[in-house]
Amino acid sequence: MRDRLIFAGQLLFTLIVAAFLVVPAALSIVAGVTMSYFRGISSGVTLQWVAQVWNLYAGTIALSFLIALATLAVTLLVGVPAAYALHRRGGRLSRIIEEVITLPLAIPGLAIALALLLTYGSFGEFRRSWLFILVGHVVFTMPFMVRSVMAVFATVDVRTLDEGAASLGAPAWRRFRDVIVPNAVPGILAGSLMVVTLSLGEFNLTWMLHTPLTKTLPIGLADSYASMRLEVASAYTLIFFIMIIPLLVAMQLFAEKGRAT
Amino acid sequence: MSDVTAHGASVRIEHCGKTFSDGTRALEPATLDIARGETLVLLGPSGCGKTTMLRIIAGLELPDEGGKVLFDGKDVTSMPIERRNVGMVFQSYALFPNMSVAENIGYGLKIRGLPKNERIARVAELIRLTNITGLESRRIDQLSGGQRQRVALARAVAIRPGILLLDEPLTALDAALRDRLRGELNRLLRALGITAIYVTHDQSEAMELGDRIVVMGKGRIAQIGTPREIYFTPRNRFVAEFIGAANIIEACLENGQLVLPGGRQPITSRINLAAAVAMVRPESIRLVEAAGAALSGVVDSVTFNGEKQRVVVSGASDKLLAVDAPNQVQIKPGDRVGLSISPEAVRLLPPED
Repeated sequence: MRDRLIFAGQLLFTLIVAAFLVVPAALSIVAGVTMSYFRGISSGVTLQWVAQVWNLYAGTIALSFLIALATLAVTLLVGVPAAYALHRRGGRLSRIIEEVITLPLAIPGLAIALALLLTYGSFGEFRRSWLFILVGHVVFTMPFMVRSVMAVFATVDVRTLDEGAASLGAPAWRRFRDVIVPNAVPGILAGSLMVVTLSLGEFNLTWMLHTPLTKTLPIGLADSYASMRLEVASAYTLIFFIMIIPLLVAMQLFAEKGRAT
Repeated sequence: MSDVTAHGASVRIEHCGKTFSDGTRALEPATLDIARGETLVLLGPSGCGKTTMLRIIAGLELPDEGGKVLFDGKDVTSMPIERRNVGMVFQSYALFPNMSVAENIGYGLKIRGLPKNERIARVAELIRLTNITGLESRRIDQLSGGQRQRVALARAVAIRPGILLLDEPLTALDAALRDRLRGELNRLLRALGITAIYVTHDQSEAMELGDRIVVMGKGRIAQIGTPREIYFTPRNRFVAEFIGAANIIEACLENGQLVLPGGRQPITSRINLAAAVAMVRPESIRLVEAAGAALSGVVDSVTFNGEKQRVVVSGASDKLLAVDAPNQVQIKPGDRVGLSISPEAVRLLPPED
């Protein structure tokens, strides 16, 4: 009897906490599909706001994905070999480099953006193109890729695997392709999902770096909150949710799979 | 069978030393010749430089300035391991977890661009040869330690290397399995006729596998010789004590006799020395009647271990003396015993080096 009371109490508490977090999100989503937020859901359900957001911001959404994928490509091409090099070299210099790569996590995005603007702001073409935002995103997401790949390298003895492949006659690039990368796959996948998710949701840096022609999803969201009716902004949130939730779920699944093996 | 027969290369290392970047000297400059088809064992305690020497021969470490590695007379010092055509079995096996057993064994052949049907045939042959039939499509993490060891060996010899390098390949296994695999490994090495260099810290492994043994200590080669030479005529105290059980006797030598607390022991040499160091193996000492024996002492302890009993005798030499007695002999601590040692069994060692 007493156990059941305790259990009921715990369940109630959990539900209250969950509701506290979930209700605002749910309200926002609901607002995105109601005719009029002030009259409530009774005013009718509509997809017109979603359609309006789509019409207005389709380019922004596309650009966001372009930047996220480009960020992923760069972090993969640079981050994975870098992680391997740092792991193989070891020693103090490697640790210092690792710390430097990680630094952007501790520095506010605004400060990084400001530094980029000060340094490269005068290169007009570059400043105006989406590549400028890409640079910011790469700086911000690189540590996540490098760290998650290095974490895998720390658990499998890649140095000996590399020597094993070399003893069989494999040149460096084949060893990297056939042995190192396949055995780092869990880390690469986890890092990739993290990079894409962070890039899609990044606001601080991007807000400083963007131009009216280079807006990303979160910038568009801020934009619509500031200048449109609440239903449109809410519909935008809905779209954002739909884009980002599958990524988060995938990330969670990979994390669990990584723990299981 | 003929398909996997590899013809070994000869190996010469010249003045190969190794100093690591932090200044530690892992290997003093050493010169060593390994004949074609020979199995050479590098034996020594951990940190003696044996693995460093193996890695220099493999091409995984560069020797210090002035050191040279030659395969069949050709200088390969600056050649990386992937171009030396050596097969290597690592202590941790270094099997690729992302590939199946068959893919692991065939990887070196794939790198060499061997046509697929030839590759499959060769892999199948090696799987038969190493007794792992049925495991072809297993993943590495589904194999036992002994199976992994066999896969690692099959993978290393698949590429028909001129030289097979083995870095403590049996250390990770339990004792019974180690004994069985040691025999299998020995037969395989002989069958392949390959030049093999085998690193171990296990002296019985070294005795069984090696045509010659290089005993190493503190980064130096202490002695090179056949297992019999190393066992019966160790060159110094380190080798004598590292290989098998040895009684080290420190005594004064007069007219070809060691002057000991429990009597006198003749040796084959006629020289006089104020402080001689000699070695006697426990199995070379026979227990006899104390009365009339040239050398005698008191039994300190008796340990029965089945095939023989180890009797420790005090008062005969400067230290306790270990004696191997037949397992039927009735003996107990406190008994007075005579010791009979043939002069040939006493090996004079150079004083402390």
